[in-house]
Amino acid sequence: MNSIQKNRFKDRLFMYWGMFATLIGLVLLVVFIGDILIDGLGRIDWSFITNLPSRKPDKSGIYTALIGSIWILILTAFIVIPVGVAAGLYLEEYSKKNWLSGVLEINISNLAGVPSIIYGLLGLEVFVRIMNLGASVLAGSLTLSLLILPIIIVATREAIKAVPKSIQDASYALGASKWHTIWYQILPAAGGGILTGVILALSRAVGETAPLIVVGALAYVPFAPENPMDEFSVLPIQIFNWISRPQHGFIENAAAAIIILLLITFIMNGIAVYFRNKWQKKWK
Amino acid sequence: MRKIKEYLIEKLLFSSVLITVGVTLGIIAVLGFEAFRFFNEVSIVEFFTDTQWTPLFTDKHYGILPLLSGTLLTSFIAIAVALPLGLSIGIYLSEYAPKKFRKTIKPLLELLAAVPTVVYGFFALIVVTPFLQGFIPNLSSFNSLSAGIVMGIMIIPFISSLSEDALHAVPYALREASYGMGATKLQTAFKVVVPAASSGIIVSIILAISRAIGETMIVAIAAGQQPRFTLDPTVPVETITAYIVQVSLGDVQHGSVEYRTIFAAGITLFVFTFLLNTYSYSIRKKYQQRYE
Amino acid sequence: MEITMEKIADKKTVVHQTNEVNQASKIEVKDVNVWYGDFQAIKGINMNIKPNTVTAFIGPSGCGKSTFLRLFNRMNDYIDTHRMEGKIKINGNNIYKKKVNVEELRKEIGMVFQKPNPFPKSIFENVAYGLKIQGIKDKKFIIERVEKALKQADLWEEVKDNLKKSALALSGGQQQRLCIARTLAVEPSIILMDEPTSALDPISTSKIENLIFELKKKYTIIIVTHNMQQASRISDYTAFFYIGELIEFGKTKKIFTNPEHKRTENYITGRVG
Repeated sequence: MNSIQKNRFKDRLFMYWGMFATLIGLVLLVVFIGDILIDGLGRIDWSFITNLPSRKPDKSGIYTALIGSIWILILTAFIVIPVGVAAGLYLEEYSKKNWLSGVLEINISNLAGVPSIIYGLLGLEVFVRIMNLGASVLAGSLTLSLLILPIIIVATREAIKAVPKSIQDASYALGASKWHTIWYQILPAAGGGILTGVILALSRAVGETAPLIVVGALAYVPFAPENPMDEFSVLPIQIFNWISRPQHGFIENAAAAIIILLLITFIMNGIAVYFRNKWQKKWK
Repeated sequence: MRKIKEYLIEKLLFSSVLITVGVTLGIIAVLGFEAFRFFNEVSIVEFFTDTQWTPLFTDKHYGILPLLSGTLLTSFIAIAVALPLGLSIGIYLSEYAPKKFRKTIKPLLELLAAVPTVVYGFFALIVVTPFLQGFIPNLSSFNSLSAGIVMGIMIIPFISSLSEDALHAVPYALREASYGMGATKLQTAFKVVVPAASSGIIVSIILAISRAIGETMIVAIAAGQQPRFTLDPTVPVETITAYIVQVSLGDVQHGSVEYRTIFAAGITLFVFTFLLNTYSYSIRKKYQQRYE
Repeated sequence: MEITMEKIADKKTVVHQTNEVNQASKIEVKDVNVWYGDFQAIKGINMNIKPNTVTAFIGPSGCGKSTFLRLFNRMNDYIDTHRMEGKIKINGNNIYKKKVNVEELRKEIGMVFQKPNPFPKSIFENVAYGLKIQGIKDKKFIIERVEKALKQADLWEEVKDNLKKSALALSGGQQQRLCIARTLAVEPSIILMDEPTSALDPISTSKIENLIFELKKKYTIIIVTHNMQQASRISDYTAFFYIGELIEFGKTKKIFTNPEHKRTENYITGRVG
C-alpha cells in the first residue's frame, strides 16, 4: 500500500467509526428505553395513575407526584415566561452596547452553566427560609423559574434576532412607537421561536430532581397539593425514591413512572421541534 | 402620555434583566454567608487537607477531598466516554454525513440531553452496573464507573452538537484548498478544519466538563453515598452534589454545622463551574470576533 | 492548428479539429453534461487543451465556467446533487472512471481559488501541507521544495525571513501567491485557477499575471476570469461559455479580434454582461 492508499483506507475507516459513534448513543438510548418498557409497562394501569403512594409497591401510585409535577409546571410557566421574555426583549431591543450589557451577557451565560443543585441551595435559603414559603409548590416553582430563566432569555433573544429587520423598519416608518412595534410586530413574529425555547425549558424543569430535593420537596406526600402553599412531590422525586428502595416491586414502579415521565418529556420536545420547524419555514 | 408609557415599559423590562443579576448575587451571598459561618467553626486548612468527610458521624471530619475526588473521578470517566464519541460524531456530521442525515440526526442526539437525569440514574444502577459486573466481578453495586459511563452518554450531545457547529462555521474555502491538494476528508478534518475550529471545540468540552461536575442525580443514585478518597472506579464514592442530596433528604437541624456543610460543599462546586464557564465564555467571545 | 467550436443556431454543437491537435492534447473533454438536481449546468461540451498553454474560460456569471473548471480535479464530487456524464481524459486517462483515485488525481492537478484561502498556519506549513499529507517526512526535502515553490511563486524574497509567521498576516496579493506556491510545491502538471485575481488590487493582479506567464513554460494552465483584458493579456486560447454551453473556443487573438459568433462578440465588447 502506498501512502495515498493508506490515507484513503484511514479515511474510510474513520467514516465507519463516525457512523458507529453517531448511532451508538441512540442505540443505547433505545436499549435503555426498551429495558424500561419491559420492566415497567406491565405495571401501568389506571390505578397506578390514580393511587396515592403506599408502603406496598403494588398498591402504590403516582397520583400525588403527577399532580405535583403539573402544579410545578404551570406555576413555573406563569412565573418565568413574563420575566424571561421581558429580559430577552430588553437585551435585544433596548440595551445599548456598553460595559453594562457586556456584564449582563456574561452573567446570563454563567447562570446557564450553574449546576441545578446550586439553585436548590439558593431556593432553600431565599424562598423556603427567608421568605418563609416553606417546602411549598410556590417555593419549588420559584426555584425552577430561576433555573430555566437563562434558557428562556437566550431563546427569546435568538428568536428576536431571526426576525427580519424590515418588519421593524416598516412599523417605525408608519409612525409606530417602539413598544407598539415590539408588541404588535416583533413579538408575534418571534413567537414561534420563543415558544420553542419556553417548551424546551419547561420540559427541563419537569425532569429536574435535585433542586427540588434540596428545597425540601417530599418523597412521600399523602395528598395532592391544592394550593401553591401546599407541600408537594414530583414525578422525578417519586422515581428517585422508588429506585432507592430495596424491594423489587418498587423498581417496577420506578420503571413505570419513568415511562410516564419520558412520555411527558418527549411529547414536550416533539411539540417544541414541531413549532421550531413551522416557525423556521416562515422565514425562508 | 405616550412617552411616559414607553419609559415605564422600558424600566419594567430592565427590571426583569436585573433579576438575573440578583440571582447571581443571591447565589454568591447565600453560599458565601453560610460557608463563612461554616468556616468559623471548621478550619479552612482542615477543609482542604483532611482526607475524611464524616460530618454526619460522631467522629466528625470536614475534609472536602473525598467529595472532590469523587466528583472529579466520575466527571473524568464521563469525559473519557463523551469526548472521543462526541468529537467523532461532530466531525462525521460536519465533514462526511449528507446534509439530510445531519438534519435528522442532530435533534435526535440532542434528545439524549433532554432525558431527565433521574432516568439515567436508573439505567446506571439497574442496567449498566449489573451488565458490567459480568466482566468485572468485584464491581460494587454502587460505583463511579457505571455512573461515569452513563453520564458520558448523557453529555455526548453537548460535545457533538457544539463542536459540529464550530466545525461547520469553518469556511468551505479552507476545505477546498485542502481537497484540491489531494488530501482526504480525514486529513482535511484533522489538519485544517479541527485546528481552525479549535476554540469552539474547546468551549464545547469545557461546557461538558462543567455539566458533568454539576450533575447530581446519576451519581446520587448509582455512585453511592460513601465519601472515599480514592481513584478506584469500582468502589462506592460520593460526589459533592450527591452529598448535598443526601443531607437534604435527611433531617439535619437548620443552622447546625451539618446544615452548613452543604453550603461549604456547594460553594466549592460553584467556584469550579464558575471558573470553567467564565473561561469558556471568554474563549467564545474571542472566537466570535475572529469570524465576524 | 486551430481548434474552433461553433454553435450553429440552436442546434447541435459541431467540433472542428485536426488530428494533430488531438494527439498532443493534455486534456480531452468529450460530451460532458452536468446536472445539479434537475438543473443542467453544463450542456454537451467537447474541448481539447494542449500542454504548456494558458486557456482562459470567459462568460457571464452563472454560465457554468467555474463548474466546468472544477470537473478537471473532480471538486464537484462533494456536492450532493451533482451528476456528471461524459469523459474527461487527462494525459489520455479518463479521470471519471470508477477506479480513479481522486487524491492521486488532485496531486497532478493543482487549483488556485477565487479568494486567497491560506490555512490558518505558518507560511512554511502552508506550502509544506501538500507534501506532508502525502506522508513525506524528509525534512531537508520539504525545506527545499518549500523554498523552490516560494521562489517560483515570486514570494521568496518577501517572506524568507518570516517563514514561521502566520499566513493570515500576509497581504491579499501575497496570500494568493502563497496559495500558488502551495499548489506548486506538490509539482502538478496542470494548474486550475478560478478567478485568482478577482479579490486583488491592480498591482497584485499584475504580479500574478506575470507569474502565470512564467509558469506556462512548465505547466498547463486553465484560468477562469471575468476580466476581458486579463484573458486577452495572458491566455493563448480562450473559451466562451454561455448558459452551460461552449459557444466558441479558439486562439485568443482570433476570439478577441474576429469572433465567429455574434454572442461572443457581444460579450467581449461589453454589450452583454
